[in-house]
Amino acid sequence: MNLGPHAEFIIAAYALAVFVVAGLAAWVTLDYASQRRILGDLEERGVTRRSQRSGSP
Amino acid sequence: MPVIDLANPTRFLALVNRVLPWLAAATVALLAIGLYRAFNAPDDYQQGATVKIMYLHVPAAWLGMMGWGIMTIAALGTLVWRHPLADVTAKAAAPIGAAFTFLCLVTGSLWGRPMWGTYWVWDARLTSELVLLLLYLGVLALYWTAEDPGRGARAAAILALVGAVNLPVIKFSVDWWNTLHQGESIFRSGGSSIDPSILWPLLITAIAFTLLFITLLLAAMRNEILRRRVRSMRLMQAQQFAETSA
Repeated sequence: MNLGPHAEFIIAAYALAVFVVAGLAAWVTLDYASQRRILGDLEERGVTRRSQRSGSP
Repeated sequence: MPVIDLANPTRFLALVNRVLPWLAAATVALLAIGLYRAFNAPDDYQQGATVKIMYLHVPAAWLGMMGWGIMTIAALGTLVWRHPLADVTAKAAAPIGAAFTFLCLVTGSLWGRPMWGTYWVWDARLTSELVLLLLYLGVLALYWTAEDPGRGARAAAILALVGAVNLPVIKFSVDWWNTLHQGESIFRSGGSSIDPSILWPLLITAIAFTLLFITLLLAAMRNEILRRRVRSMRLMQAQQFAETSA
């Protein structure tokens, strides 16, 4: 594929897009794993939310 | 499930867990199709291959504005009804919208350098887009620095409503002022001025990036709900500790 005389600008734009999208995907994935782990730790120690005590969802 | 049930965070989480894998798969598939079509589309007769930057730049610009639009609607939910899911939505949308606005500005600069001969000019479109990024950073700062999450959410909601004034400025800046940035070429009276061979790949990538935005937003909202549960449980734990120590 011939990207012409300004190929470096096109490649830089797509590289940045990959970096930004990968960064966002990593952020939501790692954050989810982190919150699940903390919640698991708290539940193991017997800590419950007020709504769980009263039986509501 | 009635739509109103989705206002319940537990039911919302159940729905998100069900739809997220499908949304992610659809996003990947549509992005692959869109980018394949984009790289096989003909070059522009004036801009050459640099028109390929448009397939990133235009969807990023739309989504940066859509993110703020979502935050504006959510701000009403926070300030008027004080619904917790409204604030969850706004807080989750802010970093994603900021990332797409940043992507729009940098890809625009990378497109501008070979076409305009400069990375940046202080014209109305570029400046109002930069203002949008600064507004996003302001909202993020409010969320990250507020000691009381409720007060931070209300302050961010007010900023979101005030900042919404910038959305029509961005949209119509190319009509209201003389700008180096080109005028509206897609959604305009008389039809798009872009050839269908370039327009269709652009619309497909735009839908793909919109699906990506929705996928990331739902995932970030799920994380925010879990973070609030963690906070609530830690407060309960501290309260129990204080009661047993007293």
